[in-house]
Amino acid sequence: MNVLTSLLAAGGESGEEMPSVLAVPLDEFIIGLIAFLIVFGGLAKFALPKIKETLDERANLIEGGLERAGAAEAEAAALLDEYRAQLAGAREEASAIRTQAQADRSAIIEEARNEARGAAAAVTAAAEASMSAERAQAISSLTKQVGELAITLADKIVGEALSDDTRVQATVNSFIADLEGQAAR
Amino acid sequence: MTYGVLAVSKPGCHIFSGCGFPAPGAEIFQFDAIFTFSIGSLEFNVSKVTVLLFLAVVVILGFFGYAFRKPKLVPRGAQSVGEIGYIFIRDGIVKETIGKGGEKFIPFLFTFFFMVWLLNFWGIVPGAQLPVTSIFAIPVAFAVIVYLLWVPLGIYTQGPIGFFKNIMFPPGVPKAMYVLLTPIELVSNLIVRPFTHAVRLFANMFAGHLLIATFSVATFYLLSFTVVGLIGTAASFTMTILLTAFEAFIQGLQAYIFTLLAAVYIGSALHAEH
Repeated sequence: MNVLTSLLAAGGESGEEMPSVLAVPLDEFIIGLIAFLIVFGGLAKFALPKIKETLDERANLIEGGLERAGAAEAEAAALLDEYRAQLAGAREEASAIRTQAQADRSAIIEEARNEARGAAAAVTAAAEASMSAERAQAISSLTKQVGELAITLADKIVGEALSDDTRVQATVNSFIADLEGQAAR
Repeated sequence: MTYGVLAVSKPGCHIFSGCGFPAPGAEIFQFDAIFTFSIGSLEFNVSKVTVLLFLAVVVILGFFGYAFRKPKLVPRGAQSVGEIGYIFIRDGIVKETIGKGGEKFIPFLFTFFFMVWLLNFWGIVPGAQLPVTSIFAIPVAFAVIVYLLWVPLGIYTQGPIGFFKNIMFPPGVPKAMYVLLTPIELVSNLIVRPFTHAVRLFANMFAGHLLIATFSVATFYLLSFTVVGLIGTAASFTMTILLTAFEAFIQGLQAYIFTLLAAVYIGSALHAEH
């Protein structure tokens, strides 16, 4: 018996002997349904949710990793910018400080110079004052001594005590004034 | 009557023994019940078909139960293999065909793909050598499940009027054409669709199995120490091997087509075509 005749026999008289290949016995049909439902139930309830979860988790991990890497990159870029800004600020500050220092230096030098100039002037003035005072003193003491010497000399020459005579004293003074006038010439 | 036993397995039926070529026919798809039991008035025949069917149930549940028992983020071994299957269904079928809202149909389509594939695969497993899907009741049962999912789903998501309107009045057609088109569309979508869904799988597996059986029978039938016999046997045997390889391909392809069509039907129920 070949396929064609057996197919033609579908539901025919010989159907009792050899059921058609297109026959759908209810028991086989139901068993087919049950077999599917068992596998579907088992897979859908136990096996597949787990693997779905794992795959989702993995996808999340990868996506999360990418996200984290992106965030880290952004953070690094922000930090770099911040550092650059800070560096620029520091540079500006340094240059400002340098400028200030230069100004300060000139000011300090100027101040010191002025101070030194002042001190020098003071020293010079003091020296001059003391020198003129000493000179005046020397002149007066010399005048006195020369007078006494002259008196002593005249005393010896004249042989008279003229020391307390005011006229003699006046004569001596005019003599010394003449001497001074000669010295000044 | 003993089903499932080839006429050629009777010894002595050879080309020169006056025995005609015992071409295998529908009888190779008939199997004796190993035992029967009844639930109510319905008698259940437990045959090779039933055994292979439940063997597939056990193998699928066993494998995926084992592979996905404690899934790791870094997969190894069985989990890697199982994941390939899952990702194939998810990305290759569901995302491609259903798109938005398809995620929850993954387990359904996953089950179909691996059930159909393994049931097909029994056809070339030594000892089993019967594609269970070539027993018409099985593809019919599967097609009915798909039908009973997508029709109510379409009515639920598009509303009864929208659903039937979309089926009967496809857009982009001159109005006058609806006279012709509407009955055709109605019949083709609601009646022919589940039928072809089942028959496509059944017929492919049936024909493939029959071809392999025919050449296997021919290999033995022609086996004799004559020129015709040796050449014929060698040719038939080669054909058997080639057809077995071809069937291995067809089995996967048909499982894919069956699942893909189920996804297309679900997709058409979820998203109206315009």
